[in-house]
Amino acid sequence: MTGILWGRPLMRWKRVEVTGWGRALRARSEVARPERLSDLPGIFQTSGTGGLSILAGGRSYGDSALNTGGSTLLTARLDRILSFDETTGVIEVEPGVTFRRLLEVFLSRGWLFPVAPGTGFVTIGGAVAHDIHGKNHQRDGTFGQHVTEFDLLTPRGLHLRVSPANEPDAFRATCGGCGLTGLITRIAFRMHRVPSPFVEVKERRIANLGAFLEAFEDAKDASYSVGWIDALAGGAKLGRGLMQVAEPASAAPASTPRVRARKVSFNFPAATINALTVRAFNALYLRRVPKTGRTRLVPYANFLHPLDAIEDWNRVYGRRGFHQFQCVVPYAAGERALRRMLELVVASRSASALSVLKRMGPGRAGYLSFPMEGYTLALDFPNRRNAPELYRQLVDVTLNHGGRVYLAKDALLSSDAFARMYPEFPDFQRVVARLDPDGLFRSDMARRLRMAA
Amino acid sequence: MTEEAAETWIVLGASSPIGRAFAREVARPGTHVILAGRDVDDLARTASDIRIAGQASVEVSRFDATDLSAHGKQAAHWAERPGTLNAILLFGTMPQQADIDADPALVLDCIASTYAGALSILHHLATHLEARKAGTVIGIGSVAGDRGRLKNYVYGSAKAGLHTYLAGLRNRLGRSNVHVMTVKLGFVDTGMTWGQPGLFLVASPEAVARRCLVAARKRRDVCYIPAFWLPIMTIIRSIPERIFKRLSI
Repeated sequence: MTGILWGRPLMRWKRVEVTGWGRALRARSEVARPERLSDLPGIFQTSGTGGLSILAGGRSYGDSALNTGGSTLLTARLDRILSFDETTGVIEVEPGVTFRRLLEVFLSRGWLFPVAPGTGFVTIGGAVAHDIHGKNHQRDGTFGQHVTEFDLLTPRGLHLRVSPANEPDAFRATCGGCGLTGLITRIAFRMHRVPSPFVEVKERRIANLGAFLEAFEDAKDASYSVGWIDALAGGAKLGRGLMQVAEPASAAPASTPRVRARKVSFNFPAATINALTVRAFNALYLRRVPKTGRTRLVPYANFLHPLDAIEDWNRVYGRRGFHQFQCVVPYAAGERALRRMLELVVASRSASALSVLKRMGPGRAGYLSFPMEGYTLALDFPNRRNAPELYRQLVDVTLNHGGRVYLAKDALLSSDAFARMYPEFPDFQRVVARLDPDGLFRSDMARRLRMAA
Repeated sequence: MTEEAAETWIVLGASSPIGRAFAREVARPGTHVILAGRDVDDLARTASDIRIAGQASVEVSRFDATDLSAHGKQAAHWAERPGTLNAILLFGTMPQQADIDADPALVLDCIASTYAGALSILHHLATHLEARKAGTVIGIGSVAGDRGRLKNYVYGSAKAGLHTYLAGLRNRLGRSNVHVMTVKLGFVDTGMTWGQPGLFLVASPEAVARRCLVAARKRRDVCYIPAFWLPIMTIIRSIPERIFKRLSI
C-alpha cells in the first residue's frame, strides 16, 4: 500500500493495453496522463524511441490513437474551460474538454457548439484531430471550420499559435491530422445561440434507398437530417429505414421526460449479435415510428448523442469487438454506390445493426478532412473472419465511385487506397515534415497508412 | 431581507486533481472560491473553468506550504472575506519510501509540507474561524496514517500526526460552532498513484471530492473515503505488532 500521494509526479509512464472504440484493435504502450501544461515538456522528452500517440476521448474506432510498443499521451485531465465571450460566443478550452460537459454547462444558458459528434464523450481536441462532422454538415460544415485559433505544442517544445490566417498550412494539417502535428493545448471556437434546450424532430419511415435519397433532397435546407438504415433488408426493401429531420425548438415542452442512463458492464457473448437478433432489433426500432410519421420535442443530448443512452455499448459485440466502416461518395455516384454496398452487406449476413446515412455538403477544414459533397454511409459489423474481406469490398466500391473512408472509424484501410482517397495527402506530409522533423508523433494508423514520412 | 450570506471555500493545494474536482463541486453562484497553491499558471486555468462553469467568484492565491512565515498574513487576508469561511486542506509531499531510505534529508521534505505546513496554516486559520463562530474545515489525511508500514512510514507518520492534530482542533473549534472533519483517504486516481504497481480499488478524484462535501454537510467527524477502507483498516490496525512487523503490506 502506498497511501495517498500529492506533490510532484513520481511515475510518469504506466504500461497499459489501449483499445480503439471498436475493440477489434489493441495496443500495449507506455501511457502518460498529464494533469497540467507544465507536465508536457517532460512527457515529450521521456517518451522513448517508439514515438508518441495522443488518446483523447477514446471514441475513435480503429487505431488512430494506438501506438504499439511506443508511448501514448492521454489528454483527459487537460479539461478546463478557459474563457467564454457572451457577446461573440467564442469559447476557449483545453483539449480534454468533452462535448458532454459543454452541453451541461452551456445549453441551459442558450448556447450550443456548432457541430456535434454522435457521442458526447468525444473531446474538443479529438474533434479537431478528426475534423468531425454532425447531422448538420450540409449547412454548417465540419468542426474545424468553426475553430478560430488554437495553440499547438510542437514536438520540439514550441508553442505555435495557429489560425487559418496566420498559419494556414499548420491549421489545415492539424484539422483532420489525427494528432500527428503536435498536441493542441488551447482551442478557440464559436458557440451558437439556441432558443431552447430542445429540438423538434420529425421522423418518418422510408421504404427503400431511392425514397431515402429523395427524402434527403427534400430536407436539404433543414438544420439537421439523418437516416437510419436497416442493413439486413434486401430486395425491394433494400435501404429501408427511418428519416429524422430536426429544427431547434422555440421553447421547451411543458413537462420534461426523465432520461435514464443505462450501462453495459460486461462483454456480451459473441453469438448475441447475429442476423436474427439484429433483424428483430431493427424491426422494432423502425416500428417505433408510426406509419404516418411523428413529430416530437427531444432534448439536444438525446438527439445529438443517441449512442450515449447506453454507456459502453461497444461491449455488446463481445470480446473480439467490431469494425465500423464509414465512407462518403459523391452525389452523382450516390445511388449506385450505396446500392452496391448495401447489397454486399445484406449478402454477407454480417449483421450490421442500424446503419447511418447522411447527406454531406462540401465543408472541410483540413488536408485530411473526410467530407466531400455526397452521401455518407456508416455500417458496424462484428470482427469475424469475413470482416476484412467485406471491408475490402466496401473500400473497392468507395474507390470506384470517387469516394473516401473516414479515418476516425478506420482500422483496415490499405496505404495505397488511403493515398488515392486523400489527394491533399502530399501537402499534409510536407507540413508534418516541417513541424515534426524527428517523427515524435506516431500511431499504429500512421504506420499502417504510411502517413508520416 | 438580505441575501443568503456568501460562503467562501479556501482550497489549499488546489492544483491537485482532488483540489480541482473539489473546487468544481463547491463552485456555484454566491460562493467565493480561493484556489491556493504554488503553480499559479495552472490555478488560473482552473479559476477560469469554475468561474465560467460554476458561475462562482474565484481568486488565485499563491501559497507555499513550507513558507511558514507567510502563513499568518495569508490567513488574515483570506479571512477578510465576509460570510462563512471554510477550508479544505489537500496538500502533502510523498517521496517514495525507498528514496527516503537512500536520502534521509527527504524526511524533512515530506514532513515540512505534509505535517508542519499543514498545522501552521490551519492554526492561523483557526483563530479567525473561532472568532466567527461558523465554518467547516476538511483535513485530508490518509489510510497510510493508520499504521506505520514498511512501504510508507515517514509519510504515514506525518499523516498520523495530522490526524491527531485535527482531532484536537475539532475539540477546540467545536466549542465555537466550527466543524472539523478528518478524511482518511484511500488510493485515488491521480498523477501520484499513476503507474504505481499493485494498487487496487482506486477512486476517481471527482467521486472523492463529492464524498468529502457530502460527509462535511452531514458533519461527520472522521470518515474513510471511499468508505470500504474502514473495514480494511480496522483489520490492518488489529493485527498484533508481533505479527505485523514481519509483514510487508
